[in-house]
Amino acid sequence: MEIHKYEKIWFAAALVLVVLFISSVAYGAVGAGIQMVDDEGGEINPNEIGDHPTFEGYQDVAGTEASVTQVNESHYEAQIQANHPNFFPGEITVPEGSTVTFYITAGDVIHSYDIVGTNVNTMVIPGQIAELTAEFEEPNEYGVVCSEYCGELHHEMEGMVNVVSEEEWEENYTDDLITIDERGGDN
Amino acid sequence: MAVFADRYPDEAKVVRAALASSFLALLIGGAMGPLQTLHRIDYLRIMPSETYYTVLTLHGVALVILFTIFFLVGFYQWAITDSLDRPSEDIRVTWLWYGLMTAGAAMASIAILGGFTDATDISASVLFTFYAPLEAHWLFYAGLTTFIVGTWVAGADWFRSWWNWKKENKGEKTPLRTFMVLTTMLMWYLATIGVAAAVLLFLLPWSLGIIDSVNPLLTRTLFWYFGHPVVYFWLLPVYMIWYVILPQIAGGRLFSDALARIVFVLFLVLSVPVGIHHQYLDPGIAEGFKFLSASNTMFLLLPSLLTAFTVVASIEHGARQRGGEGYFRWLTALPWRNPAFTGMALAGLMFAAAGFSGMVNAGMNLNYLVHNTMWVPGHFHLTVGTAVALTIMAVTYWFLPRITGNPIFSMRLGLVQVLTWFVGMVLMSNAMHRVGVGGEPRRTADPFYDFEFEGVIGSIGELHLQIGIGAIILTLSLVLFFIHLIFSWFGISATTKITSEAPIRKPLSGKEHAPAVLENFRLWVAIAAVLIVLVYTIPIASIIAEGGLFGPDVSPVRPDHAPLFSLSGLATEWVVAGLAGAVGAIAAIAGVLR
Repeated sequence: MEIHKYEKIWFAAALVLVVLFISSVAYGAVGAGIQMVDDEGGEINPNEIGDHPTFEGYQDVAGTEASVTQVNESHYEAQIQANHPNFFPGEITVPEGSTVTFYITAGDVIHSYDIVGTNVNTMVIPGQIAELTAEFEEPNEYGVVCSEYCGELHHEMEGMVNVVSEEEWEENYTDDLITIDERGGDN
Repeated sequence: MAVFADRYPDEAKVVRAALASSFLALLIGGAMGPLQTLHRIDYLRIMPSETYYTVLTLHGVALVILFTIFFLVGFYQWAITDSLDRPSEDIRVTWLWYGLMTAGAAMASIAILGGFTDATDISASVLFTFYAPLEAHWLFYAGLTTFIVGTWVAGADWFRSWWNWKKENKGEKTPLRTFMVLTTMLMWYLATIGVAAAVLLFLLPWSLGIIDSVNPLLTRTLFWYFGHPVVYFWLLPVYMIWYVILPQIAGGRLFSDALARIVFVLFLVLSVPVGIHHQYLDPGIAEGFKFLSASNTMFLLLPSLLTAFTVVASIEHGARQRGGEGYFRWLTALPWRNPAFTGMALAGLMFAAAGFSGMVNAGMNLNYLVHNTMWVPGHFHLTVGTAVALTIMAVTYWFLPRITGNPIFSMRLGLVQVLTWFVGMVLMSNAMHRVGVGGEPRRTADPFYDFEFEGVIGSIGELHLQIGIGAIILTLSLVLFFIHLIFSWFGISATTKITSEAPIRKPLSGKEHAPAVLENFRLWVAIAAVLIVLVYTIPIASIIAEGGLFGPDVSPVRPDHAPLFSLSGLATEWVVAGLAGAVGAIAAIAGVLR
C-alpha cells in the first residue's frame, strides 16, 4: 500500500492529538481530582425510599429550615428525592465554606439534578442513588434544574441551593438543625 | 454512460421511493423545528407547553431516524447497484424491506401523532430516547422494531448482491462504494443488538402489560449501546458522498482508495464500544468504564481527522485540475456556483466545528458543565443537522437527475438554499452552544425559572433572539428546498430529459493499492465484537446483578398530553397569514432567481 508522506505526518499528528485528549481526561480525573458520579451510592427501591438506610429520616430533615443533615463542623449531607415535577426538598441551605454530600434518587422516572453554573450535575435514575460531594466557598444562591425530560410539566421542575454567610447560618438555620446521629441511618 | 434511471429503472424506482419517504420525514420533522424554537424562546406560543414534548418527539424521530435512514437505504441501493453494475437479485425482496420500513415508520408516527389529540389514548411523547419508565403506546415500539427489521433485510439484500457478484468476479477487489455499504451495515448489525434487546425483551412486553417492571438503568444503557453508533449510521453515507461524489464535483478524483477503506473499517471497529460516554453522569456505572468509553471515543477522532485530510486533498486536486494554483489561491478555482459543491463544502466546514464541541462532550470531566444543556443540541445541529442534512440536500442537486432523468430546476435557487441553511445554522447553533455554557437545559418547553442563566458573551435574551432568527432562516431554506425539489423531481418546466451521466472517476491511488486484509470482514467484525464484550460485559452484568433484570418494581409512566392547538382566533390568523406571506415571497424569489 502506498501512503503519501503528508498522510503519514497528518496521521501522526492526529494520534498525538488523541493521546493529548485522553491525557487531559486522565489528568482531570487523577490530577485535578474531579470524581465522576459512579456506583458508590448503591441501589434503592423507588417505592420505599424512606426505608433505605441512606434516606432514613430524610422527610424530617426536609422539614427543618436548612433541609440538610450536619455530619460534622463543616460537612453536611442532603437527601433529595425527585418526583415529576418537584424536588423534595426543593430548597436547601448550607453555610459558606462547607462540604456537602448529595444523595439523590427518583421515585418515578429518570430526572437530573443540575446546580446551574457548577459541576454538580447528575442523572437521577429510579432504583439508583446518585452520590456526589461538592464544596461551596462563597455565599451565593444557585438555581437547580431538572435537565432530563420527565413528563409534561418537566419545565416546572426546579430547586435552589442557598449558600449563606456564617452569621446568617448561626442566626437562622441552626435552631432545628438535625445531626447525623439524631437522624439515624448509616451514612 | 446512460443515466442510472434508464440503466436500472426498477432499482431507480426503489431509490426514488426511499428518497420520497426520507424527504417527507424531513418536511414533517423540519416543520416542527420553528414551532419548538419560537415556543421555547417565548416569541410565538401556539400550543400549550405540555404539547411541546410531543412536537419534540416528532422532530427527533422524524429527522434522526426516518429522514436519515430512509435516505441511507435509497442512496446505498444506488451505490450497490451502480458500483457492482448488477440489478437487484430479487426486486421483490428490495420492495419488501422498503415496505417493512415504511410500515414501521407509519406505526411509530401514528403513535406520536396520537399525542396531539384527546380522541385516542395512543401517544408516544417520550422523545427520541424513550427512556423508561416513561412509556409510549406499544405501537411506537412495534413500529421502531419493524423499521429496524426492514433495515436488516436491506443489509442482507446488499450482501446477497455482493456474494453473487464475487462468485462471478473471483479475485477482484470489492468496488469502493460497495465496500462502504457493507462495512456500514456490519456496524449497524452490531449496533442494533442493543436497541433490539431493549425493545423486544423489555419495553414492548412492558407496554403490553406482559411484564410489570423494567430496570431503567439497563434499558437506558442498552439504548445508548445503539444510540451512539446510530450517529455513524447517519454519517457514513455522508462520508461516502464526501469521498466519492465531492471530488467528482470539484473536478478531481479521490486521493486514496485504500485510506477511504481504512476509515470505514475504523468506524466498524470503534463505533459501538463508546455508548457509555452518553452516561458519564449516570449513577450505577463505575468510573473506570466511563474512562474506557472516553478513550475509545477520542480514538474515533482518527477516522474523522483522516477524512478531513483526504477530502481536502481531493478537493485541492480537483481545483488544480481546473487550473487552480498557489498555496491558497486554488480555492478560487472551485465550482462555488454549484450548490452540490458549496453545500457539501460548508457542511464539511460545520462538521469541523462540530468536532470541537464534540471533543468537549467526550471529555469525561468537562462534560459536567455541558451535560444535558443546550450545548448538546447545539452540537448535534452541526453534526446531523448540518454535516448530514446539508450534505444530503446538497447531493440532491447532483443525484436527482441520475435517478429521475429530469434536470435540476435551478442551480441558482439551489445555491441560495444551501447558503441560507449555512447562515441559519451558524446563528442558531452558535447561540445554542453559548446558552448551554450558561447552563440553560435542553429538552425544556419553558427555560424561564425563578433564577436567571448567565449568557456567554451576550445576554440570554440576545442569544434567544439569535436562535429565533437562525430558526426562521432555516425554515425558509427548507421551504426553498422543497419548492426546488418538487420542480426538479417531476421535471416541471423542464424541456429536456437527462439521458447520460458521467461515470465516477477512479481514485488517484486506486483499489489495487488497498491491502487485501481490508476485505477480511470476519476479522473486523471479530475485533469489534471483542471490544464490545470488553467494554460492555461488566457494566451490564453489574447493572443486572445490582438492580435486577426487571428492576425494583418500576411502574410505567405515560406522559399526559394536550391537543396541539390551543389557538385564540387572533393567533391562528397571524400564523396563517404569516405562512401564506412566506410562501408567496418564496415563490416570487424562485421566479426571479430562475
